[in-house]
Amino acid sequence: MVQFTLPRNSRITTGKTWPKPETGGTLRKFQIYRWNPDDGQNPRVDTYFVDLDDCGPMVLDALIYIKNKIDPTLTFRRSCREGICGSCAMNIDGINTLACIYGMDEIKGDVKIYPLPHMPVVKDLIPDLTHFYAQHASIMPWLETKTNRPAKEWKQSIEDREKLDGLYECVMCASCSTACPSYWWNGDKYLGPAALLHAYRWIIDSRDEATGERLDDLEDPFKLYRCHTIMNCTKTCPKGLNPAKAIAEIKKMMVDRHV
Amino acid sequence: MRYLTARKRAEGKGASGTGTEHFWYMKVSGAGLALIIPVFVVAFGRALGGTREEVLAAFAHPAMAILTGLVIFFGLRHFAAGAQTMIEDYSHGSTRRALIIAVTVLSYGMIATGLFALAKIAL
Ligand code: SF4
Ligand code: FES
Repeated sequence: MVQFTLPRNSRITTGKTWPKPETGGTLRKFQIYRWNPDDGQNPRVDTYFVDLDDCGPMVLDALIYIKNKIDPTLTFRRSCREGICGSCAMNIDGINTLACIYGMDEIKGDVKIYPLPHMPVVKDLIPDLTHFYAQHASIMPWLETKTNRPAKEWKQSIEDREKLDGLYECVMCASCSTACPSYWWNGDKYLGPAALLHAYRWIIDSRDEATGERLDDLEDPFKLYRCHTIMNCTKTCPKGLNPAKAIAEIKKMMVDRHV
Repeated sequence: MRYLTARKRAEGKGASGTGTEHFWYMKVSGAGLALIIPVFVVAFGRALGGTREEVLAAFAHPAMAILTGLVIFFGLRHFAAGAQTMIEDYSHGSTRRALIIAVTVLSYGMIATGLFALAKIAL
């Protein structure tokens, strides 16, 4: 549903300014969205100062610094700290990206951090991705075959394997889908760029035998055709992938079997 | 509160089995209009500024009448199909359906009016 204003209980208030560290290094100001489901308060933006001389170069390093040294209640997801698990996606300096591979030197001025846009918030910088993951599961993200299983392996030529490049690398961080206005307004039905990129990854896999069924499942004005080639997905993908192209390829295949 | 699983919410009612036709129609009508609209604009521009009789004579010419008819029909159908997409983007439920009906009625109403006027001039 289109929303141009935040609901009353989601309006952001000014939060607390936390004391500056007294370690004597260069300080950088961080403004971070905070929301605690248990205190009944509106979200707020807290201000922190990070000593850059005592901290790694990435935004995630600064968040870990804040959590360890200033405010242990700051809540965020992270795991691999090298852009592989996809768990640290958040909106940094207005861009959906992975905190662990986004350098603080790429940001001018104060560092502003919010959860991924237009998703329910679990706490602080953690969005609720339940629906996003269920949409991914709905596209059958696995090899579907009908032929009897071969004795050794499903073979694939080098050329066909290359068609999966730029698709299999997706880490399901949700940066793209949550950057997409169509996903904001119709995310209940529109699958969004991430799930569609994964759908295409299996549609184009030469070994998969459910291509027709997969296309049938996407033949829908909302599931697929809410994509209006806005391209926010491709612009924001922290892994440099191109979900918009994957969606365009699906549309081409749809037209191919239609006319 | 409804106790639906996340998977049930995500899959909804499955796929409607439509969408490509609308998508393809927008491409084809868009390409067609990109060809005929410039011709129409030039022809329309040349008729502008003439006397009433000159303008009527310009639109009564078979080529101009056919071109105008095509612009009216495909322009308004393209408009309605595009507007439907925007309505689906920004509104929901009964409002969505009411607006789609309204825009469809509007486009066919304007087509009928335009073609009637054209027929009166050209025939
Ligand atoms: S396509 Fe890119 S932005 Fe989208 S989920 Fe995959 S890695 Fe994240
Ligand atoms: S911590 Fe794994 S992608 Fe950032």
